[in-house]
This record gives sequence, structure tokens and C-alpha cells, in this order.
Amino acid sequence: MLDQIVFYFFATLAVISAVLVVTRRNVVQSAIFLITALLATAGIFLQLHAEFLFIVQVILYAGGIMVLFVFVIMLINLDVSLHQVQFNRQWWLGLVLALVLGAQLTVAIAVGRSGLPLGAPAPATMLEPSTELVGKVLFSEYMLPFEIASILLLVAMIGAVVMAKKKV
Amino acid sequence: MIPTSHYLFLSLGLFTVGVIGVVTRRNVIIILMSIELMLNAVNINLVAFSLLVGSAEGHVFAIFIITDAAAEAAVGLGIIIAFFRNRETLLGDEMDLLKW
Repeated sequence: MLDQIVFYFFATLAVISAVLVVTRRNVVQSAIFLITALLATAGIFLQLHAEFLFIVQVILYAGGIMVLFVFVIMLINLDVSLHQVQFNRQWWLGLVLALVLGAQLTVAIAVGRSGLPLGAPAPATMLEPSTELVGKVLFSEYMLPFEIASILLLVAMIGAVVMAKKKV
Repeated sequence: MIPTSHYLFLSLGLFTVGVIGVVTRRNVIIILMSIELMLNAVNINLVAFSLLVGSAEGHVFAIFIITDAAAEAAVGLGIIIAFFRNRETLLGDEMDLLKW
């Protein structure tokens, strides 16, 4: 019962703040609602027994990426963009196509869930020391992708510095 | 106990809202934020399936996706700053230097 209350609370919060992110006129308000959506997702991770991902989500998304966004918003003058048209010319076509995509995926899940064992999840005790299990899998089976991810982060760091330099 | 399909529907809703943000908004910063929303929706899927099959591999892939999102945000915002310095605009439909 408590499980369900927590899940539906965080799910509603995530969807409402996601809608507000894409509809607000002011970029700063969008950023605030993005933080809410990301924290609600973190709550859903906690409810799914993924403690490590919960804390990574809070520190990395809400702490790191959002600071980047807010800094860029601060560096860029946004008084002008408040008075401009917020949606592009093909917005109705894009909206229709996105809703068609959503309807397709809804049908796919609704049809497919009878064929797959989606009803009863495995007992949560199978993932009990969650952080320990993640560490074991990450540093044994997925060692090479882990190292490649470190190279990706290095490249992104250099790329961001080069892009934001005064003279390229 | 919440059935896994409810997580899939939640993830679907967040993903669709992200797609709508990418294809309808003009402000490039909000387009980047919508991409972050879509990546997050995928993460919910991965973690829900990870609990369903009782293995930690979904968590590992979610960590890789978060790494990608961080790299993408850093480079994307760097590009936005460089573009703003040159063209004095933030609107996605005015970025048409390569258009004939």
C-alpha cells in the first residue's frame, strides 16, 4: 500500500513537472521544474530498490548537470527571448507526430504485456545489496565499457573547454 | 506490488513529453532539457526491467546513460555559448548556416 502511494506520488510529480518544463516561457522556471522532474525520478529509483542510482541521480543530475544549465542561462541574456514566439512554425505537425509515436508505444506495451511476464516482478531480495551487486557487475563484465566511458568524459571535457573558448 | 507495465507507461509518458519539447520549442536550452528528460525516461525502463529479472545489469546501463547525459550536456552547452557569441540568438530555427 505504502509502495503504491510512493510510486503514484512520484510518477504524478514527474509527469506534471515534465509538462511544465516544455511549456514554461521563462527558461529559469523550466530549469527549476527539470530539477523537480529529476528528483521525482530519483524517488522512483529508490522505490525500485536502486539505492546507488538514486544517489547518483541526485548528485550528478540535480547537483552537476543542473548547475551547468543554470550557469549557461546566467551567461546568456534572456530578456530578449522572453518576448519572442516560443514555439516554431511546424509545432502542430511535431505535436501530432509525437502524439502518434506515444500512441504507438502505448499500443505496443498494452499488446505486449500479456505475452511477457510483466505481472509479478522478481522478489526484491534478489537485488538486496544493490550497490555491491552493481559494483561487481560493473567491474567484472562491463570493465571495458567502463574504461571507454572514462575516455568519453575526457573528450567531452576537452570539447566543452574548446567550444567555450574566446578564440577558436 | 506495482506491475512493471506501470513503470513502462510512466516512462512512455515522460519520453513523449520530451519528444514534444524537442520538436515544438524554439529555445535551444529547453530542447537540451527535453533531451535530458528523454534519457531519464529510458533509465526508468532499464531499472524496472532490472528489478523484474532480478539482475543488476540494468543499473549498470543506467549508469552509462547518465555518463552520456553528462557529456552531452557539457558539450551541448559549450556549443550553445559559442553559437550565442557569434550569432546573438538562442532560437533553434535561426540556426540555418548549412541550409541552402
